[in-house]
Amino acid sequence: MPSTAHPAEAAIRFESVSKTYAPRRGGPAVAALQGIDLAVPAGSILGIIGRSGAGKSTLIRLINGLERPSAGRVWVGKSEVSALRERDLRALRARVGMIFQHFNLLSSRDAAGNVALPLEIAGWAPAAIRVRVAELLDLVGLADQAGRYPAELSGGQKQRVGIARALATRPEVLLSDEATSALDPETTRSILALLGRINRELGLTIVLITHEMSVVRAVADRVAVIEHGAIVEAGSAFAVFTRPQAEITRSLLAGEMGHGLPPALAARIGAGGRPGATVVLRIAFEDAPDGSAILARLARETGIEAAILAGTVDEIGGRPFGSLAIGLPPAPDVAARARAYLAQHGIESQVLGYLPPAQEASRVA
Amino acid sequence: MSPELIRLLVQATLDTLTMVALAASLGTLFGLPLGIFLATSRRGELLAAPIANAVLGFVVNATRSTPFIILVVAIIPFTRLVAGTSIGTLAATVPLTVAATPFLARLIEAAIREVDPGLVEAARAFGARPGQIIAKVLIPEALPGIVSGLTLAVVSLLGFSAMVGAVGGGGLGDLGIRYGYQRFRPEMMLAVVVVLVVLVQAVQTVGEGLARRLNRRVRQA
Repeated sequence: MPSTAHPAEAAIRFESVSKTYAPRRGGPAVAALQGIDLAVPAGSILGIIGRSGAGKSTLIRLINGLERPSAGRVWVGKSEVSALRERDLRALRARVGMIFQHFNLLSSRDAAGNVALPLEIAGWAPAAIRVRVAELLDLVGLADQAGRYPAELSGGQKQRVGIARALATRPEVLLSDEATSALDPETTRSILALLGRINRELGLTIVLITHEMSVVRAVADRVAVIEHGAIVEAGSAFAVFTRPQAEITRSLLAGEMGHGLPPALAARIGAGGRPGATVVLRIAFEDAPDGSAILARLARETGIEAAILAGTVDEIGGRPFGSLAIGLPPAPDVAARARAYLAQHGIESQVLGYLPPAQEASRVA
Repeated sequence: MSPELIRLLVQATLDTLTMVALAASLGTLFGLPLGIFLATSRRGELLAAPIANAVLGFVVNATRSTPFIILVVAIIPFTRLVAGTSIGTLAATVPLTVAATPFLARLIEAAIREVDPGLVEAARAFGARPGQIIAKVLIPEALPGIVSGLTLAVVSLLGFSAMVGAVGGGGLGDLGIRYGYQRFRPEMMLAVVVVLVVLVQAVQTVGEGLARRLNRRVRQA
């Protein structure tokens, strides 16, 4: 993944980064991150997902130098963040915006005042600040709320102010620290849509950390899955969603995209392939808009009638994707024939287990 | 009361107001930087200087634990150095300021510690220097708490100012003791208490109102 030769190609790069917190009195040192290698292409949206305590917050704070790595190097563009002194870090931070789960707006300033803060810090002239603030509030759809204080704004509006503030100094990179975790689903969608729009229109690289797969699915081009301070899986969002490799990824995906089985069905599936048992397969198809027609073709061309037990057909980043659990009739070589046919048509299948006989698959579904 | 006594009462009220206003202003002038430093200089904080923090913290505690009347007497040489005399209203301002400064510093420290650390992190993420964080984040966000603390300090100073009569400081307390108590004029004692009650009420009302107006954390009507 990392190409050591051209550090400038990626907007952000981690090279074997580790972070260990000094031990508290009497306790052991805490390893928050270990051996992180990661490259974020310029203009992309990377979703970093993991459970709470996995090291996501530390990882994202290494990018703007709020945290220092214990070992390894972190680059933003051509600057090596991990080597900068505090004073040079401040200049770098004008190039890296950040938004927060709890918005972190100053209660003593109205919306316009909050957006102005990074510009004041960067030493802009008051007249230039006024123009830029109006522009930014317009960008996030809050032009008419400039004089409102955070206490008078809704959660979604507060996060829009947060986004406007983060974009004030025209950064190359936007860091999002669980920015939608305190918002309701509908507001979350609108904020994510705004982030997507900003990414497209301003060409901004976005790194967002979250514990919700749905957030990653909605906007991310690339995904990194982090557990116990290490990246266990990384790749395009499509690849990670359609072919999750790590156990933690599957578990985070359960409930998303038909990766989980309905509980009643899951409870009845056994491992033993007794005679007369219904074979349950998981099939995944992608990119082919007629993917879901495969079962009809299977029936027509091989005479095998599969029952759909569970599944989803949806899209990830605009690419169609389907994941179905199907039951095959209990006959000796049916499963092998069906899998061979599917493989011929480029569709992966995986045996999930067997349903006991005497119960029809359709009743389960 | 005779016109003479009323004149004395008015003069004493003005003396008290002068002492308290001066001591509160000077106390804030010295207490604000001290309070900010105490709130931001522990290990790992913005201006991390743990040793200076511990030393100043000890001095503040020591000053605050000294009974005011003892403080007044103990620092007479210092008072004489600063005010040129150790007797009178101006001189009495010195021990009042010395007592008010650490008190205000602790109140201001507490108000600043109440500021959400997330705001400091956000300001750091936007490249703010420690000085900018203090001026643009900590002080404005802590202002309602600082005003409440100042109100509390002024009310306490009104009480303390009554004791400086012991060293010829003048003011309402002095008047109450000398005329009301020692010369058996209960109406004078009562008048002094009434004036003090009115002053405390006025300070409290103005202070609370100001703190409420400054507090933008809740929706304004």
